[in-house]
Amino acid sequence: MSPAENVGAEQANPPSETGWEHFAHDADIGVRGWGPSPEKAFEQAALALTRIVTDQEVRPLEDVKIVRTAPELELLLVEWLNAIIFEMATRSMVFGRFEVTFDGTQCLAGRMWGEKLDVARHLPAVEPKGATYTALRVARTPDGRWIAACVIDV
Amino acid sequence: MDPARLTKLNDVTWQIEPTGAMRVPAVIYADEALIRGMDDKVAEQASNVASLPGIVGASFVMPDAHWGYGFPIGGVAAFDAEQGGVVSAGGVGFDISCGVRTMTTGIPLAEVERVKVALADSLARAIPAGLGSEGAITLDAREMDAMLTGGAAWAVERGWGEPEDLGRIEEAGRMEGARPEFVSARAKERQRHEMGTLGSGNHYLEIQVIDEIFAPAVADAFRLALGEVVVTIHCGSRGLGHQIGTEFLKEMVTAAQAAGLVLPDRELACAPILSEVGQRYLGAMRAAINCALANREILGHFARRTIKHFFPEATVPLLFDVSHNTCKVEEHQVNGKLRELYVHRKGATRAFGPGHPALPAEFRDVGQPVLIGGSMGTASYILVGVEGSEKLAFSSACHGAGRAMSRYAAARTWSGRQIVDELASRGILVRSPSLRGVAEEAPGAYKDVGEVVYAAERAGLARRVARLRPVICIKG
Repeated sequence: MSPAENVGAEQANPPSETGWEHFAHDADIGVRGWGPSPEKAFEQAALALTRIVTDQEVRPLEDVKIVRTAPELELLLVEWLNAIIFEMATRSMVFGRFEVTFDGTQCLAGRMWGEKLDVARHLPAVEPKGATYTALRVARTPDGRWIAACVIDV
Repeated sequence: MDPARLTKLNDVTWQIEPTGAMRVPAVIYADEALIRGMDDKVAEQASNVASLPGIVGASFVMPDAHWGYGFPIGGVAAFDAEQGGVVSAGGVGFDISCGVRTMTTGIPLAEVERVKVALADSLARAIPAGLGSEGAITLDAREMDAMLTGGAAWAVERGWGEPEDLGRIEEAGRMEGARPEFVSARAKERQRHEMGTLGSGNHYLEIQVIDEIFAPAVADAFRLALGEVVVTIHCGSRGLGHQIGTEFLKEMVTAAQAAGLVLPDRELACAPILSEVGQRYLGAMRAAINCALANREILGHFARRTIKHFFPEATVPLLFDVSHNTCKVEEHQVNGKLRELYVHRKGATRAFGPGHPALPAEFRDVGQPVLIGGSMGTASYILVGVEGSEKLAFSSACHGAGRAMSRYAAARTWSGRQIVDELASRGILVRSPSLRGVAEEAPGAYKDVGEVVYAAERAGLARRVARLRPVICIKG
């Protein structure tokens, strides 16, 4: 399985097997990723996070690896998205490709590919401040897909 | 929200009676139209806050409230440490001490109009705005800790601001009790290059003209004259505050469980004030308050320098600087008894009335300036704290217009270019690195700030002094 790379649409209709979307929150933006496994859903949620920042192409020129732990899968999604926000902020990068593997339900190894933020080319819209526990959900839907969602404070 | 769900106390005061786990009622200050425009989540969240241990009086909701994180944005709640009261990272928010400052200039609009384009372009160059912008200030470990302890006073000592500003900032520009050692290395790393930057989203720097005066005597005391321009800055504690919020929210989820607190919503994560986590959060949050105060002081200095380039005679004094995402220890009269309370204001502004000892001497007779931000293209307001508001919501008022439409919907309704052009045709120059950001912040995506402040005035939370109309807007 190849890592998620710039796939998905803001509103996939009908939903494809793998994808992401944004959903409305009064002041901020919700991200929702889905796929055949929780790992894929996490990768797609990360793409939705990137799309809050930029609609433009992100070249996979550098990669960053992270490992995060949390007591349960939903909290692990918040950890994952917050780790990406931290790397974006401190490295001044954007990421367009993600790969997630789990070690059980409490440990996540993530790899992300991207490049230095170029204001003229990426036209960044808004800076994510943090992933929240609002509308937080990691679950398997009746049709067998996994979804991973929460609201991002921007 | 359907007003039929609420008990109407008067035209602008509505109550949710305590049921279930609620320890106190929830009280919403808004007129019926604003209530109808509020998401049902606001009532749900205000009721959840009312269930937290040690809450005093009621869980209060300001007229601009909307769906937040655990607490509604526009929520006010006070807790008594001695009664098992809690402090909540979600009740302060991610952008700790986000706030507004306004500086007066004494310059008539006609003079600004003559240099408007050049002034807008110069301000856009002087104020690092938007994602990917970098400040000219980088802090090493020692300076970081000095900033986190010193706040705006630190900025002034380093030459980014004037000593006279400090008396016009809440806490005299320096929050006591800040503990930089409780701020994580990751939070400090996120802030290393972000001092003196505006950020993005709803943050802005505006040149505004005073286009209506409601209370002439107070306006005189605030040195606000019809037709003159002011500078207003809206921003917060940048990456440092966001990271502190993120980390303590996570820690408080565990701490709440350990303290045996049953939370109806994980985002309400909190810790007893007198617990180790609670004290550590307060120390870190106060450091973040200093970061926000320093940041607004530096941005104010940059703006002042640019204005003085065009108008060398202008003095540009600070009117006031207020924060609207905080938890502060304050003394309040509750049922005739003076009590020390931890007042959370999430998207709400402190609004001390006349005579309050925390006010600078020149405002003690009139009350505190309460600065209410609008959005590009819509008005902002300056209000004044009034007597009696302590009894209503621990001397608090609204903080802005509040969103009526999500970013998601706004970006689909408008294009950024269309907004910039429309505003330009109305004489408002927008400078922003991001057209999508402009679309998401379109004026039409916000509630009518005029209705919000009128409701606040009718409820007795604060009184309108002046309306400000934007002339130049630097958006992040």
